[in-house]
Amino acid sequence: MDTVAASETAPGWGGLRQRFSRAMENPTFLGFLFVAPAELLLLIFLAYPFLLGLWLGFTNTILGGKGEFVGFNNYAYLLSDPTFRLAVFNSFFYTVVAVILKAVLGIGLAVVLNRDFRSKGLVRAIVLLPWIIPTALSAICFWWLFDSTFSGISWLLIKLGIIDHFIDFLGTPWNARWSLVAANVWRGIPFFTIGLLAGLQTVSQDLYEAAEIDGAGSWKKFRKITLPLLTPLLTVVTVFSTIWTFADFQLVWIITKGGPASATHIFGTLSYERAMQGGRFGEGAAVSNFMLPILVICVLIAFIFLRKED
Amino acid sequence: MGVERSGSKIVKFYVPLAFYLIFLLFPFYWMTITTFKSDQELYNLKLDPFFIHSPTINHVVELFTQTIFLRWMANTFFVAIMATAISLAASLLAAYAIQRLRFKTAGPTGVAIFLGYLIPQTILFIPLATIIFKFGLWDSLWALILIYPTFLIPFCTWLLMGYFKSIPKEMEECAMIDGASRIKIFRRIILPLCLPGVLSAGIFCFTLSWNEYLYALSFISTTAKKTVAVGLVTELVRGDVYHWGALMAGALCASVPVALVYSFFVENYVAGMTGALKE
Repeated sequence: MDTVAASETAPGWGGLRQRFSRAMENPTFLGFLFVAPAELLLLIFLAYPFLLGLWLGFTNTILGGKGEFVGFNNYAYLLSDPTFRLAVFNSFFYTVVAVILKAVLGIGLAVVLNRDFRSKGLVRAIVLLPWIIPTALSAICFWWLFDSTFSGISWLLIKLGIIDHFIDFLGTPWNARWSLVAANVWRGIPFFTIGLLAGLQTVSQDLYEAAEIDGAGSWKKFRKITLPLLTPLLTVVTVFSTIWTFADFQLVWIITKGGPASATHIFGTLSYERAMQGGRFGEGAAVSNFMLPILVICVLIAFIFLRKED
Repeated sequence: MGVERSGSKIVKFYVPLAFYLIFLLFPFYWMTITTFKSDQELYNLKLDPFFIHSPTINHVVELFTQTIFLRWMANTFFVAIMATAISLAASLLAAYAIQRLRFKTAGPTGVAIFLGYLIPQTILFIPLATIIFKFGLWDSLWALILIYPTFLIPFCTWLLMGYFKSIPKEMEECAMIDGASRIKIFRRIILPLCLPGVLSAGIFCFTLSWNEYLYALSFISTTAKKTVAVGLVTELVRGDVYHWGALMAGALCASVPVALVYSFFVENYVAGMTGALKE
């Protein structure tokens, strides 16, 4: 049938056109053709740099120069570098504390929002704002909000009589770490809330009513019904948030630049400093590569759960 | 009973909601009032910092006249639109192929593309810098346009695959029996049906491109080529001199396009976010 149609419309080109249009009906050929643009972009700008990064970590490449293979020198050097060790600690502190706070506060807000009330749509839209607004821009705002002399937070706390002098938010290592966690939590709550709210809405009201008849209180209903039913979704959201927090860059870079005195570097900011500012690409790549084992574990957890869902 | 009920509603609902909203909105409030305060007021500790006593637009004027803010906005816009267009086209084709054509390696291809979403930028930016240098794209907006799709395509493809899944196969089969070609089916049936999905994916691409910071900071060095977030921080902080008023004005103005796009398509955005999580 195809042959007839093709030879009728274009007699001269018959063979070629026919072969082309038949190929276009072949799922395998068409499949590869359709996937090609996406795959090419991802191969050149994602897969290739990923592998190149692994290699760079084993070289002494510097900005604009060719590097030589140096084995594990970069990694050995980093492990003896106090700044790097502190960055490892900071990365874990930042990730663990921020993700836990985001999860707890995010679930809390999702539970609060999971009922019918007027202007629910508007409130939901407002809740997502910190997530929508470019992080670099809100980070600038936090930087100013954490100012040692003009912070509104300090001013308010003094007026309330809680403290007696302005807090030097970014001046001491621990103050700076907690300030960064606060900014990260602020930005991440909406992701947990909106992600989980969709899951909450699918929980049947009958379950709660049945529990109420059995005399269960709010906390018990939450522990025994809400939380177990939310666990699969919560795992996925937590894994994503963990990856992003662990591999963060912009919040920390804009607010503290890794300071004071390199005390708040995390993997991302330290590798930027070593590679882009210091010009030591090999060493910078090695810093980034230290993140890989953790990320692989997160990805595996994500996969196991996503597969289960299917 | 009724009084008790409404009392518990205040404690369990309004109080926590108010607490959350104040926490989530306060930075935006701070950003806004800083923008419209004069410098004298901004650095005067005697005044209540939570209110504007004599509003002024001096900082906005400073932003637009003392920096090339509009140029940065245009750069960001250009990059975001181009990266979104490329990503949408590539993702649409890929998602359709993986979900509907069911060619031999469709499954692994889908998984591989999704894996790309999980590789963070902080691992990729150093090798990417060397690659861009080799390609002669250093300090060019085209570097960003070509690189942004690497974090947009995985997400969009995944999102669109969900939409394709929801379109009944029978529609395609009927069209095929009527003699329509695969391409024609894709254009005339599939595309119109998954338009809401395309819209969600497009909004995500646009906001994610607008928000990107690390690549733009690393690969662009000329002031006139910077994107808005990078430009603001590097040009308005000179040594120890912080132009806080202008910085906040910039942050506020640069957030407006994203906030606008978002406010028009909140529903698509939320649907996209929750849809992608469930997939």
